[in-house]
Amino acid sequence: MMTTILFGAFGLLAVVCALLVILHKNPVTSALFLVLTFCSLAGLYLLLQAEFLAMVQVIVYAGAIMVLFLFVIMYLNLDRDVDDGVPHALRRWVGWAIGLLLLVETAVLLWNRWGAGPEGPAAPVAVGNTSAVGQLLYTRYLFPFEVTSVLLLVAIIGAVMLGKGRTQPGPSGVPPQ
Amino acid sequence: MTLPAAVPLSWYLALSGALFTIGVIGVLVRRNALVIFMSIELMLNAANLAFVAFSRYLHSLDGQIFVFFVMTVAAAEVAIGLAIIVNVFRLKETVYVDEINLMKG
Repeated sequence: MMTTILFGAFGLLAVVCALLVILHKNPVTSALFLVLTFCSLAGLYLLLQAEFLAMVQVIVYAGAIMVLFLFVIMYLNLDRDVDDGVPHALRRWVGWAIGLLLLVETAVLLWNRWGAGPEGPAAPVAVGNTSAVGQLLYTRYLFPFEVTSVLLLVAIIGAVMLGKGRTQPGPSGVPPQ
Repeated sequence: MTLPAAVPLSWYLALSGALFTIGVIGVLVRRNALVIFMSIELMLNAANLAFVAFSRYLHSLDGQIFVFFVMTVAAAEVAIGLAIIVNVFRLKETVYVDEINLMKG
């Protein structure tokens, strides 16, 4: 009963904030609503007894990744906000139409399979979630875990290379050699 | 209408589908590359929610491991993607995707 109410609250918060992310004009406000979406998703993870992922969600997503987003938004200083014009309006309507089509498709798919699958959630495990995830991560998924560290190393090198910057932009937007 | 004692799996999947669709609409509708990037994050999180829900209802922790990997990939993707957006801004003085048409030919 309590979990159902909490699910409704967190789910509603997540959907409303996600809508505000894509509808708000100001990118800074969008980013802050995205933080709220991530936090409500962390609440849903707690309801699903994924405590480790809930903490990682708050620390990594809502903390680190969104700080990076806000930093770049404020660094770029986008004061010019134009979302008008006829070609853009047409493009927007086509985007909405395709998006709503996808929504209908998802709804039909879910409607046909509603209630399929397991009835209730599994019984809570005795061992802590973090410990269980760690056990699995360092045994069966050890190799993917190591590959992930290589991926992060590549990302660091790539970000440094991209962030070094070259010179001033050319007169016609052509990169200088 | 009476509320069920435990939340059914279908509810989580419906929520995940709704969030994913909102992300798709954001990518299609918005012109700001940063907001498009945020919408992509939204789609990744919708997939993560489905993973965690299935992991809980199918008595298996593997889904949570996958969410861990998805988060790692998302972190790397954000670092590289934002660096690319900053470089594009240095070059073109804009982050609006329909004004970035160097490869249009």
